[in-house]
Amino acid sequence: MRANCWFGKTTMSVEEVPDPQILNQRDAIVKITSTAICGSDLHMYNGFIPTMQRGDILGHEFMGEVVEVGREVHNLKVGDRVVVPFTISCGNCFFCTQQMFSLCENSNPNAWMAEKMFGHSPSGMFGYSHLTGGFAGGQAEYARVPFADVGPIKVPSHLSDEQVLFLSDIFPTGYMGAEMCDIKPGDTIAIWGCGPVGQFSIRSAFLLGAERVIAIDQVPERLQMAQQGGAETINYEEQNVYETLMDMTGGRGPDACIDDVGMEAHAPVLIFAYDRLKQAMALETDRPHALREAIMCCRNGGTVSIIGGYGGFIDKFPIGSLMNRSLTIKAGQTHMQRYMRPLLQRIENGDIDPSFVITHRLSLDDAPYGYDIFKNKKDNCIKIVLKPDWAGNGDGAAAKDDSYTVVH
Amino acid sequence: MNRSMSSGYDNANYSTERAEPGLPTSSAKRLAKGLGWFSIGLGLAELLAPRAIANISGVSKERTGLIRLYGLREIASGITIFSQEKPTEGVWSRVVGDALDLTSLGMAAANPNTKKGRLAFATANVLAVTALDVICAMQLSNGKRGIHAQASCVVNREPEDVYSFWRNFQNLPRFMRHVESVHDLGDGRSHWRVKGPAGMDVEWDATIIADVPNEVITWRSLENADVDNAGAVRFERAPGGRGTIVRVNLEYNPIAGPLGATVAKLFGEEPEQQLDDDLRRFKQVMEIGEVVVSEGSLFGTGYMAQRPAQPPAASELEQAEMLPSQTATNYGGSEEEFKGRAAGRGTQ
Repeated sequence: MRANCWFGKTTMSVEEVPDPQILNQRDAIVKITSTAICGSDLHMYNGFIPTMQRGDILGHEFMGEVVEVGREVHNLKVGDRVVVPFTISCGNCFFCTQQMFSLCENSNPNAWMAEKMFGHSPSGMFGYSHLTGGFAGGQAEYARVPFADVGPIKVPSHLSDEQVLFLSDIFPTGYMGAEMCDIKPGDTIAIWGCGPVGQFSIRSAFLLGAERVIAIDQVPERLQMAQQGGAETINYEEQNVYETLMDMTGGRGPDACIDDVGMEAHAPVLIFAYDRLKQAMALETDRPHALREAIMCCRNGGTVSIIGGYGGFIDKFPIGSLMNRSLTIKAGQTHMQRYMRPLLQRIENGDIDPSFVITHRLSLDDAPYGYDIFKNKKDNCIKIVLKPDWAGNGDGAAAKDDSYTVVH
Repeated sequence: MNRSMSSGYDNANYSTERAEPGLPTSSAKRLAKGLGWFSIGLGLAELLAPRAIANISGVSKERTGLIRLYGLREIASGITIFSQEKPTEGVWSRVVGDALDLTSLGMAAANPNTKKGRLAFATANVLAVTALDVICAMQLSNGKRGIHAQASCVVNREPEDVYSFWRNFQNLPRFMRHVESVHDLGDGRSHWRVKGPAGMDVEWDATIIADVPNEVITWRSLENADVDNAGAVRFERAPGGRGTIVRVNLEYNPIAGPLGATVAKLFGEEPEQQLDDDLRRFKQVMEIGEVVVSEGSLFGTGYMAQRPAQPPAASELEQAEMLPSQTATNYGGSEEEFKGRAAGRGTQ
């Protein structure tokens, strides 16, 4: 089959690889009909995630049709149409039984690597380096799905791929970011980052009863999409975020803040240069500007929700602000199985149509081109869906441009 | 998962059940302490009164700079000895220092301006101390031949289940990557076959020392084992009914001695990491019935053992370890049948 493989920093290539097979008894094989490129894929694309191997298949947002099930999968059958969550969870361990699925104790065979980095390991994840398991990802024609009786959910035929695909990650992730804010009627929620997850946090905050949502970014088309979702916006390149937020909230600050940015934050020139330099010198693995600002801006006694991805260590962390002002920090990889069914219901009810976030549809073969325009925010790119069954030059540009074909 | 590795480290809580062949004798440790004080005393003298030292030992008074440097070295050895629970490296550093001293004295003897009588006296003294250092260092190193590893995990099952699965030693190869087979010989005795480093197969007979149902099993190898070893596994009901805490202690003399152990470590075969990973797989087998396999870890969970996270070719699958055909408790079919099934589906 064809699969989008990582071969080094900013080097992707669609390769012919062996077809996946049932390896564990609770596996299923899914023929992928739609798959997406996630902002967190860019952390690997940009070379910030350790324990990558040349040839790793990336991709953790995918859906498709079940073509084979292992002997211990009893709730799925060949032909079922399913969306697959990006986290891999066994359903039996201490954390799974407590609905903390992204902390599954059994799904990461390489847990020791994550323990070295984090002290303890999160669950396994698809296509997300070897320290989260070394599982082949879903930017491919087929994928092997471990614990298929716990992860994938069946989706009804009257909903299109594009309406349900983002149940695989970014809709539940944006939603959990908002849910961690414990939103009460009348609350004002500030959201750093208007990428795809940020867009879903904006809409989820409203679904959960927020009165005002203030979204912060610098990319015009993202700010515009945030406004379409009902948010007021701050362009941090044009306005001082702290002063503007205080102005908008009468000096008290937002009731809760969501960091939908993570480890590769951009910021006004000097702060960005400071963190980027430290990151380049390996004195700091992550650039935490959005998080610092979210903590400083949050109202006394408020909540800071971290859903943007971080990988390691940061400095200049405003612990004094956090402690003296009784802030609560909540964070985590999404406990996917907790949210997929309720959010599918939201989609069926017509409360939200997640396809609004899609700006580009490409053939799987054009994935390397997709990474390039997504990373560099070319062509107003916000979210790319890849179609494995489309012919090679889906969006025209890729197949014609040799620079996206990697020679190795 | 929690693990730690120590050598000669005595944990009061668990020491009763732990087999500890070859701990350093306390006399070697006492001797090391004495040598440590000697190091610091001599070092201070060399540092503060190099001219007096030069005078006593008959070397040229122009060498005070070198003597001061040697004084710093002595003090460093002393500090190392006192900072180590088991000062093997500290005492060996003294042996290296002795060699330096003797070399310097030898070079001084070739110099016509030195006092030969005092030099001979100093050399005799250094030789005597060197003998003590070597004896002490060798005793400490002997004790270190035994590698000790311990690890623990929490299994979401009752102690009765966890104990009885482990007590059936034939289950151990299901989760211990290096154990090929364990056969029950009756009377608490068993025969073990294990993959050693560099493809060497090692075997031994073992016997159970203590067996308290649902609480503890300890065992050790019998005479003529390829690898002398002993182990203990304890089962403890976790607080709040949250399953069972499993603690394992293992002790063994590595094949080819400390050198072999170091070489094995270079190839990523660290004993504490192995035990930790074995326990992780034990937990998987107990909680989900088989070992979880990822594409990247098909040949092992070590960093060097990783392969790209993409589906294996049929030839690679043949070399893969810890597949359900080897680990699953409910697996009915043969290995061939499994591989046939796995390889049977083609999409191209």
